[in-house]
Amino acid sequence: MTQLINDTGFLTEDPAQWIPSDHIIDLTSDTDPAKLSDLLHGMELVRVDFPSFADGRGFTLARLIRQHGFQGHLRARGHVIADQYAMARRSGFDDVEIDDVLAARQPEAQWLARANWQDHDYQSRLRGLAA
Amino acid sequence: MYRYTDFDTAFVAERNAQFRAQVERRIDGSLTEDEFKPLRLMNGLYLQLHAYMLRVAVPYGTLNSAQMRQLAMIADRWDKGYGHFTTRQNIQFNWPKLRDVPDMLDALAEVQMHAIQTSGNTIRNVTADHFAGAAADEIADPRPVAELIRQWSTDHPEFQFLPRKFKVAVTGSPNDRAVTKAHDIGLRMVRNDAGDAGFEVIVGGGLGRTPMIGKIINSFLPEADLLPYLEAIVSVWNLLGRRDNKYKSRIKITVHEHGLDDIRARVEERFALLKSAFTGIDQQLYAGIKADFAPPAFSTRDTGPFDLSYANDPVFRAWVDSNVNAHRAPGYAIAQISLKAHGATPGDATSDQMRLMADLAAQYGHDELRVSHEQNIVLPHVHKADLPAVHAALKTLGLATANIGKISDIIACPGMDYCALATARSIPVAQEIATRYNELKLENDIGDLKIKISGCINACGHHHVGHIGILGLDRAGVENYQITLGGDHTETAQVGQRTGPGFAYDEIVPAVERIVDTYLSERTDADETFIDTFRRVGMTPFKTALYGEAEKRAKAA
Ligand code: HEM
Ligand code: SF4
Repeated sequence: MTQLINDTGFLTEDPAQWIPSDHIIDLTSDTDPAKLSDLLHGMELVRVDFPSFADGRGFTLARLIRQHGFQGHLRARGHVIADQYAMARRSGFDDVEIDDVLAARQPEAQWLARANWQDHDYQSRLRGLAA
Repeated sequence: MYRYTDFDTAFVAERNAQFRAQVERRIDGSLTEDEFKPLRLMNGLYLQLHAYMLRVAVPYGTLNSAQMRQLAMIADRWDKGYGHFTTRQNIQFNWPKLRDVPDMLDALAEVQMHAIQTSGNTIRNVTADHFAGAAADEIADPRPVAELIRQWSTDHPEFQFLPRKFKVAVTGSPNDRAVTKAHDIGLRMVRNDAGDAGFEVIVGGGLGRTPMIGKIINSFLPEADLLPYLEAIVSVWNLLGRRDNKYKSRIKITVHEHGLDDIRARVEERFALLKSAFTGIDQQLYAGIKADFAPPAFSTRDTGPFDLSYANDPVFRAWVDSNVNAHRAPGYAIAQISLKAHGATPGDATSDQMRLMADLAAQYGHDELRVSHEQNIVLPHVHKADLPAVHAALKTLGLATANIGKISDIIACPGMDYCALATARSIPVAQEIATRYNELKLENDIGDLKIKISGCINACGHHHVGHIGILGLDRAGVENYQITLGGDHTETAQVGQRTGPGFAYDEIVPAVERIVDTYLSERTDADETFIDTFRRVGMTPFKTALYGEAEKRAKAA
C-alpha cells in the first residue's frame, strides 16, 4: 500500500481518483525530455517515478512538464523523502506518493514541517513570484 | 560587500533549523544513514578519516573582519584552534563533533555565513577572482554575478540531487585568476563590439581522474540571460548526465560523450523553454547587489612611509616584491598574506593568526579580506603608506613569508593526513619541498613556479594545472608520486604532461630538485620563467635529468 501526501498532510482519499486510466501516464525518471510534448497530450494525471531519492531527474522533469503548459495533476511517486517535499512542490508536483514503510518511518509531522514550501524560496524571489 | 537581506537571514535561519532537525531525525531513525548522507553533505558536513569535517563557504572568497573573527572563535570553541583554507575559497574545520555542528552553523549565521552546498551533488560555492574589485586589470567586478548565482543556486529545487557536484567560477579580468577553464561552468565577463556587458560561457572543464579544459559553449551571452542560460545547462545535464558510474557523471564527460555541438543545441532548446520563467526581476536584484559592492572610499595620502621602508628595509622590500600586487586606486596596493610559511601546512591558519588578519583588515584594509584559491589570504585594499605597519604586524605571528607565486607557495590537498580517499601523503611533501628551498636560498632566483600536489587521483590539489604537478598514488601499499610538467591554471590553461614512472616518497624531493636544476641551467636568463622555459625546450631535458641517472645506475648495478 501507498500513502499520498500534500500540504494538508497524509491523505485518506486520492484527489485524482476520478481521472480515467487512459488519461493517466507513468513516466520513468529517464524519460526523454524531447518526447514530453507527445506523451503529455490528453493526459490529466502524470506520475513521475523516483526509483531512489538520490535520483533528482524527476524534479527537472516536473519543471519541464509544467513549462510545457501541463495544467493537470502532477505526482511524484516512489522514494521521495520528507526533506524533498518542498523541492517536489517547488518543481511543480501537486503531491507525493510513497510506500507505507517509508510513511511509518517518516510520519505525517515530518512532511507537514515542509508544508511551508512557499516561504524562503530563492526561486520565487528571483522570478518575481509572490512569496 | 554584500549584506544579507532580511530574506537571506530568514532563509539561513530556517535552513539551520531544518538541519538541526535532520540530525535528530538521523538519531531517532527517521532518516537512514543513506538518506542522511546527502543532507549533511549539502550542509557542508563531510566524514573524513578521523572525524567529521565542516566545510564553510566563503562566497567568492570575500570576508569582513567580523566574519574572520567568528571563524577564529569557532576554531577555538569547537575545533582544535585552527582552520584550513582551501583551493575552493572555503575554510574547513577538521575536528567538529556531529552534535556541535548545528550550533556551529548558528554561529556562522550570526555573521552572515553558512556551509550550504559546499559539498554533495549540488551546485557548489561559486568562486571568483580573489582580486575582484581591486585588480588594476579588471573589466568588471565578478562578485555581484557570483552572489546572484549563489542566490539562484541555493536550495534550487531541481538541483539538489544532481548526477554529481557542479562548480562554477567567475572572472572579470582577462587575466584568469579563478581557473575558470577547470570548472563545470566558467564565466568570463566580456563586452561585445557594441560595448554591451555579457559572458563568455565555458563548459565542461574539470580536474579529477579525467582532467579536461573547458570549452566555449557561448562566446557572448547577454548579461540579462545569465540565470535562464545557467539553468538550461544544469537542466540538460541533470537529465543527460550519467548516473550509472560516478566517474563518468561530471558534465565534462557528458560534453565529451555527446560532443559540444550536441550539448549546445540541447541547451539552446532548453533555454528557449525556460527563459519565460524569468521576468527581469532577477536583473533588478542584480542591480541592488551591485550597489552593495561599491568600492570603498579610497583616501589620497602620501606614500612617503612606504618609499622609505622600501628603500631601507630589505626584508620589507622582498615581501613587497613577491606579495604585493598593483591596485586600481592610486596609492593603494593588494597585499597577500602567505599561509605557506616554510614547513607549515599549506592553507592552515591558527585562531590567533585569523584574529590578527581580521584586525589588520579592520585597521588598514577597509574591512575586507579574501581567500585565494592558492590557499592564501588577501588584503585587497591597503594604502601603500600602511604597508610597513601591516608587514611588521604580520611578522609577529609568522605571517610575513615573502613567497607568493614562488616554489614554496605550494597548493596541497589534505591527503593522507585527513582524507579518507587519499592514496598518499601530500602535506608532508609540500612541507619538505618548502623547507628544502628555504635552506637552499634559491627561491627568489627560481622565481615564478607553481607546484601543486594531490594525495589521490581526485586532484583536489589541482596538480594537473601546476607547472610541476605531483600526484600521490598507492603502488602495492607503497606511496608513489607521479610528476607532470607544463600545466597551466590561467587563461592559457593546459593540463600537464607526465614525465614517466613515479617516485617513492623519499625520492620525490630530490626529483623536484633535478627538475628545478634543469630549469635553471636551461633558461635563457633569469627573466625566463619555468613555464616559458618548459614550453621552449620541451620535456626531453627534464626527462633526462629525472631518469637518465636512474638508468645509468641500473646498468652499473
Ligand atoms: C575530505 C576531504 C575531501 C574529499 C573526500 C574530497 C573528494 C573529492 C573528490 C571525490 C573529487 C573528484 C570529483 C570528480 O572528479 O568528480 C574531488 C575533486 C576536487 N576537490 Fe576535493 N575532496 C576533499 C577535500 C578537498 C579540499 C580540501 C579541497 C580544496 C583544497 C578540495 C577541492 C577539490 C577540487 C578543486 C577538486 C577538483 C576539481 C574538480 O572538481 O574537477 N577538495 N574532491
Ligand atoms: S585529492 Fe584525494 S587525497 Fe586529496 S583531498 Fe582530494 S580526495 Fe583527498
